[in-house]
Amino acid sequence: MNASTPIPATIDPAEAAHFGKLAQDWWNPRGSSAMLHRLNPARLSYLREQIDAHWQGDGTTLKPLSGKRALDVGCGAGLLSEPLARLGARVTGLDAAWENVAAARLHAEGQRLSIDYRCGGIEDLAAADGEAGSYDLVTSMEVIEHVADPAAFVAGLAAALAPGGLMIVSTPNRTARSRLALITLGEGLGMIPRKTHDWSKFLTPDELTGLMAAAGLRVLDRRGLDFMPTRGFRLSADCSVDYFLTAVAG
Amino acid sequence: MERADVIILGGGLVGLTLAIALDQYGLSSIVIDPADPSATLARGFDGRASAVSITSWRMLETIGVGAHLEGKGCPIGSIRVNEGLAPGGLSFEPDADEGPLGIMFENRQLREALRQSVLAAPNVTLMMPARPAHSERTAGGVEVRLQDGRTVSGALLIGAEGRQSPTRDAAGIRLARWSYDHTAMISTVNHAHPHGNIAYEIFYPAGPFAILPLLPAEDGLNRSAIVWTVKGSEAPAMLGLPERAYAAEIEKRMGGFLGQVTLCSPRSSYPLGFHHAAKITAERLALVGDAAHGIHPIAGQGLNLGFRDAAALVEVLVEGARIGLDAGDAQLLARYERWRSLDTMMVAASTDGLTRLFGIPGRTASLVRRIGLGAVARIAPLKQRFMDEARGQSGELPRLLRGVAV
Ligand SMILES: Cc1cc2nc3c(=O)[nH]c(=O)nc-3n(C[C@H](O)[C@H](O)[C@H](O)COP(=O)(O)OP(=O)(O)OC[C@H]3O[C@@H](n4cnc5c(N)ncnc54)[C@H](O)[C@@H]3O)c2cc1C
Repeated sequence: MNASTPIPATIDPAEAAHFGKLAQDWWNPRGSSAMLHRLNPARLSYLREQIDAHWQGDGTTLKPLSGKRALDVGCGAGLLSEPLARLGARVTGLDAAWENVAAARLHAEGQRLSIDYRCGGIEDLAAADGEAGSYDLVTSMEVIEHVADPAAFVAGLAAALAPGGLMIVSTPNRTARSRLALITLGEGLGMIPRKTHDWSKFLTPDELTGLMAAAGLRVLDRRGLDFMPTRGFRLSADCSVDYFLTAVAG
Repeated sequence: MERADVIILGGGLVGLTLAIALDQYGLSSIVIDPADPSATLARGFDGRASAVSITSWRMLETIGVGAHLEGKGCPIGSIRVNEGLAPGGLSFEPDADEGPLGIMFENRQLREALRQSVLAAPNVTLMMPARPAHSERTAGGVEVRLQDGRTVSGALLIGAEGRQSPTRDAAGIRLARWSYDHTAMISTVNHAHPHGNIAYEIFYPAGPFAILPLLPAEDGLNRSAIVWTVKGSEAPAMLGLPERAYAAEIEKRMGGFLGQVTLCSPRSSYPLGFHHAAKITAERLALVGDAAHGIHPIAGQGLNLGFRDAAALVEVLVEGARIGLDAGDAQLLARYERWRSLDTMMVAASTDGLTRLFGIPGRTASLVRRIGLGAVARIAPLKQRFMDEARGQSGELPRLLRGVAV
């Protein structure tokens, strides 16, 4: 892949360029993605919980995704794709910025993980042979708030889902609290790189649930990810800052 | 090149415990230690006995090591603390339903049990004796080259090399340390009267003198371990005494209440010190046991602190693996650091306070001690806290220490 890869319609070109600049720094736990590193344990715990609930796991196995295919849309440099691979899944990671994909490939190699990283948007995947309807798990974390057409994006995710598959999406809520936490404080204090977020593009849980229903999905679980400056990220019933939705087809 | 999730440098009591516990949950390790097991398991290599707290015992049971130790330990029913042989000491007696305050094991028995468990652990590769020559930690992983030319790799390096930990020093982790100018002289004795499962801490101006109950050996004779602390400068002369004379000195310090005493083990001695690492983690590195902290043996908590490190680290790493994080992940190490630093500092500070309180000669100090002891005896919560500390039940407990699987 290279910089001339055509940029798909649902990707806002300004957004993709912004993340590309961050690529090298992705894996530094104290770098500009420090926040993502810090929230990773909380969001992975949620993922594990939902995986176990859906496939009747007991929470103690090390490879609950063994034999399953996973698609991570907006994978960045692989902060989520790598854990999915360690949990046993055959992972495809998709990202619009080729710098991210390059960084992700390099890192996975160093970790001895075999992950199929591709540059592009969800609609490219749907167009590829044998990809539609073939993923047992589809994730897209902190991505939909950056896409140009959220409805088309959700429809794309739904199309990738295999029968009986599970989808987990996370994104910031559009509330006064999320504006304060993510933009005023997070970006203002330099904990999150400036211009990462455009608050007006955030979706409320009801809006996202609506988009999912329109794409033929049924939401099973809604959970908040709360942030406290002193205690970091926690799963919570409070969805006012950031939240997860877990859905299945039908 | 052999590869495992973690590489543990140091197969002492703490390093092996960690490897065995990780194995139970499917995490693999390579343990590297230059010591030759045929030497470390020989009688006389380590004549010490350790008070294993009830929480540590629960962990040993939970990870299967307890099965090798069943019936070999002597439960501590109560602890008596006294200033010299004067009347009016403190007695810590748990309620009937609370169980013992700890269990005394000979270190040799602990080492043997750990070795049996580790040899049966499918996910542990034991390289012992083998001497590490060079280790390298990078953002991607860790690599250790052995002196015999072999190289092994993993995601996390664990420093479990005891108090001289070269890995800690190479990582540039600063160490607060001071020595007490005291030496602990260790021996095992037979005595005429039964000990009644009581542990005694008798404070003399020269330093504390501890009598710790052991089960009888094959000969069926009453037996206790003696930890006798003296000024560093006085130790060589004491240790040079003939056995009979040494036993007589011990009997004198016991005030004769256990009857006639005879030595039943070689004597050994350890200079006492305190050390505390400023940090217990760095990039892809975690310290456990004496590599991270060493405290005065007065309260018998050194090994227990190490077991608590192991229990916390296992919980952090296993929970991390179950959500797909690699063992060297910075978030996991940060959690381990937060979890352990407070507990370690608290135990170290209170033990050190205890030593200083009892280590200062003179009338005033003696008065303070007497008031202090009396106050501890009168104030129920303080007393409870003291007993909890002996049991290892203070602080936020890792699951293994509660006897619960991770
Ligand atoms: C006199 C005395 C009495 C004590 N009494 C008690 C008690 O009653 N109760 C209690 O809980 N604690 C007690 N302790 C403390 C307890 O003994 C220690 O805390 C405990 O042994 C620490 O275990 P460890 O595995 O961290 O270190 P160690 O037992 O010191 O093991 C370190 C291991 O690392 C190996 N090693 C060394 N260098 C290297 C290297 N470069 N590379 C790889 N491996 C290496 C060594 O061969 C050894 O096997 C006492 C201590 C003393 C001195």
